[in-house]
Amino acid sequence: MENEVTIRIGGESGEGTISGGDILALASARWGYHVYTFRTFPAEILGGPCMFQVRISDHPVKSMGDYADVLICLNKEAYDRNIGELRHGGVLIYDPSDFTPDQSDCITYAVPFNEIARKEVQLFQTKNMVMLGAICGLFGPPLEAIIQVVQSKLSRSRKANATLMEKNLLALDVAKKYVTEKITKSDPYLLGPVEKADRVVLNGNQAIVAGALAAQCRYFSGYPITPASDIMEGMAKELPQVGGTFLQAEDEIAALASVLGASYGGMRAMTATSGPGFSLMTELIGLSSMAELPVVIVDAQRAGPSTGMPTKMEQSDLSFALYAGHGDTPRIVIAPSSVANCYDLIIQAFEMAERYQMPVLFLTDQSLTARVESVDRHIFKTPELHERLQYNTNGSSSNGHHGSYAHEQMLVGAGTGAHDYARYANTTTGISPMSTPGTGSPAYVATGLEHDEAGHPDYEPEDHIAMMEKRFRKLATAAEEMPQPERYGDADATIGVIGWGSTEGTIQEAVDRARAQGYKVAALHPKVLSPLPDKAIQEFINSVDKVIVPENNYSGQLANLLGAKYGLKAIRVNKFGGIPFTASEILRAIEEVR
Amino acid sequence: MTQTIINPTPKDYKSEVKPTWCPGCGDFGVLNATFRGLAELKLPTDQTVVVSGIGCSSRFPHFMKTFGFHSVHGRALPVAQGLKMARPDLNVITVGGDGDFFSIGAGHLVHAALRNIDITVVVMDNEIYGLTKGQTSPTSPQGHVTKSTPYGLLASQFNPIATALSLNVSFVARGYSAKPKELAALIQQGVQHKGFSFIHALSPCPTFYHTFDAWDAAVTPIEAEHDTHDKAKAIALALETERQYTGIFFKEERTTMDQAAHQQVQQSRPFDIEQYMKRYA
Repeated sequence: MENEVTIRIGGESGEGTISGGDILALASARWGYHVYTFRTFPAEILGGPCMFQVRISDHPVKSMGDYADVLICLNKEAYDRNIGELRHGGVLIYDPSDFTPDQSDCITYAVPFNEIARKEVQLFQTKNMVMLGAICGLFGPPLEAIIQVVQSKLSRSRKANATLMEKNLLALDVAKKYVTEKITKSDPYLLGPVEKADRVVLNGNQAIVAGALAAQCRYFSGYPITPASDIMEGMAKELPQVGGTFLQAEDEIAALASVLGASYGGMRAMTATSGPGFSLMTELIGLSSMAELPVVIVDAQRAGPSTGMPTKMEQSDLSFALYAGHGDTPRIVIAPSSVANCYDLIIQAFEMAERYQMPVLFLTDQSLTARVESVDRHIFKTPELHERLQYNTNGSSSNGHHGSYAHEQMLVGAGTGAHDYARYANTTTGISPMSTPGTGSPAYVATGLEHDEAGHPDYEPEDHIAMMEKRFRKLATAAEEMPQPERYGDADATIGVIGWGSTEGTIQEAVDRARAQGYKVAALHPKVLSPLPDKAIQEFINSVDKVIVPENNYSGQLANLLGAKYGLKAIRVNKFGGIPFTASEILRAIEEVR
Repeated sequence: MTQTIINPTPKDYKSEVKPTWCPGCGDFGVLNATFRGLAELKLPTDQTVVVSGIGCSSRFPHFMKTFGFHSVHGRALPVAQGLKMARPDLNVITVGGDGDFFSIGAGHLVHAALRNIDITVVVMDNEIYGLTKGQTSPTSPQGHVTKSTPYGLLASQFNPIATALSLNVSFVARGYSAKPKELAALIQQGVQHKGFSFIHALSPCPTFYHTFDAWDAAVTPIEAEHDTHDKAKAIALALETERQYTGIFFKEERTTMDQAAHQQVQQSRPFDIEQYMKRYA
């Protein structure tokens, strides 16, 4: 296949498998290709089997690929674990000193990685460079593209020195020469020169950090948890540089509590966690909803229940995100589907939190946190932001932030009318103007108790009814104001696919392939799951004969929701082993519709 | 428009919301002491936030004219710390009871002490759970018979002052609600203290555990010569549990985390997404 190849590298964590794969992805992207990666992490901190797969193509890549076209095994265990993922007729590259493959339906290239690293380069750690050199020689990425990336990586490394750089370059060069001279290429995979493009290469967690910073998030608190810790580490590093503050909390309860404190102080604030931490936060989600404090909570889903599989993906927190908390608790739930989406929708998450004064839960998953994609650079623009509805001291409200946060000369403010200010004014949109401490606007008490419009505790039935309706009215306002999801595929489709979260690209690829085979098929992928875009979903359901709902979970959480809300009897396709769907799995479901 | 009061009196901090506390509750004394302490400091009500958790004493913010955040059980400290980290210009005072700070939220006390964020905490300790009508608390004495310990409390008694001292809290004091003037002075000094200040306020519950008489007898002012930098002596005083020493046990000036964090921020620049994304090009 011209200008497209999916390469999988299997090895031992710590021997450069992942870093080698990262270099390959980055170099290919800089060279002008689209990339999309998938990786697994071992449970062990040091050592343990790991795998890196990168799909490299001259056209936009929507999924990780059904199979690897090329499998590079750095040891026997990698071969045993990954050979099943190699396409029939694909290329197996291995070191004959490690093992002899018993597979016959693939092309095999024997490359003595170990010997080249040990004897010719005389530095065993360059084994991943030997591998990269072999890839360059066999499949086309120019050595210069790899060298550039290695140089820039090494220049930032503490271990860098001239000898190490020299050895790395030598390893690349020797390996490339080796395969060029010793191996007769009999496979069809070759990447030729393509036009350079203005793209950036990053993963989902990195895009979330960029988006949060662009959305003016200036307070972050979190507690380390796989696979969300990168977000915390990114914010810890970046926030002080842009005038924000960061706090590593003692637990996830404290993390969300402190974020609510910051939000009360007028800051855009967020936390990021995974299932177990999210479980701990539920009481405070209720407080955020009740006290009407904006907050963004990222849940990077991992396989559950309980501690589950921290390094594996699952889409199994949807029901929890929709309902977490006691009582009737309005919240917004957003699920991005791609790295680009992690950026633009996290900005949207902050906008919605501030506009509707409620918690926004942002559901990614392990595969998206670590998925590296090449993304058109132009989507990373300074967003247009809107302040939360402010209470002005003249009694009006506006979307401007006028407080200077300075002590100035005000000694005692809010002398009259304190607590008379209707913080929870029962408006037609449900949105009430907020006052921020230290800005000259009147004081009020934010409380988790049911309260009247002034925020005073109030248990009268009619007031509870009025305030409950007011809080839920904000969801109706949000549903009206938010963009509707767009249908992908045939307008006259008979088969529909509804998905959510990180599966969008894979579903679209399956739809493309099914349409190429003559199926009439379309997909809908709502990004906002609370409030649901009722009209778009209902129209979509009504427009097709059958609806497939593929989900990476056991119980079919979206299918359950669509069944409860719209009476949909979906064809459920559930995959819950901790690994994302491939397009062919969804294609098969389309083909099987009767 | 908010009005500026140049010379506030304690009354200027009192909201129109009537306290829900039982007649004779110690918390009235703490509330009045707080009004008085804040008035002495001329703290602007609109630049002051009183944060609480859940419990009788945690209704406190509603009775004040300042900004308030009545959060959930046990979480007043992390709420207050987040607020102060984000808005170091604000005066942040955290209030609540022994259940909030020594039971459900006890874990947060450790980290508040380590961070030394410039907030003040006033713990109204009545040695009982009042809002839930009379169950044992961490500060209830061993053997105490309550609705949840009908055969007497088997656990030993929590020592708030000794704990705060061992956690290296940078300002540790005790007051008594029946002596609001002295308590007001402690609150005033606690708020003035740069760092995490911990004020243990004995605040009896006349309904479920009447300790006025016992505390009237046990409360003993720390002698004036006490060196508030002498931690060993402070701990010795704290461990003398037959007495309830009042006054400042210990204080020291240390860097506060909010200050340190905002010093880092001094060099900050506005965020520029296009510049930022160059690292991924």
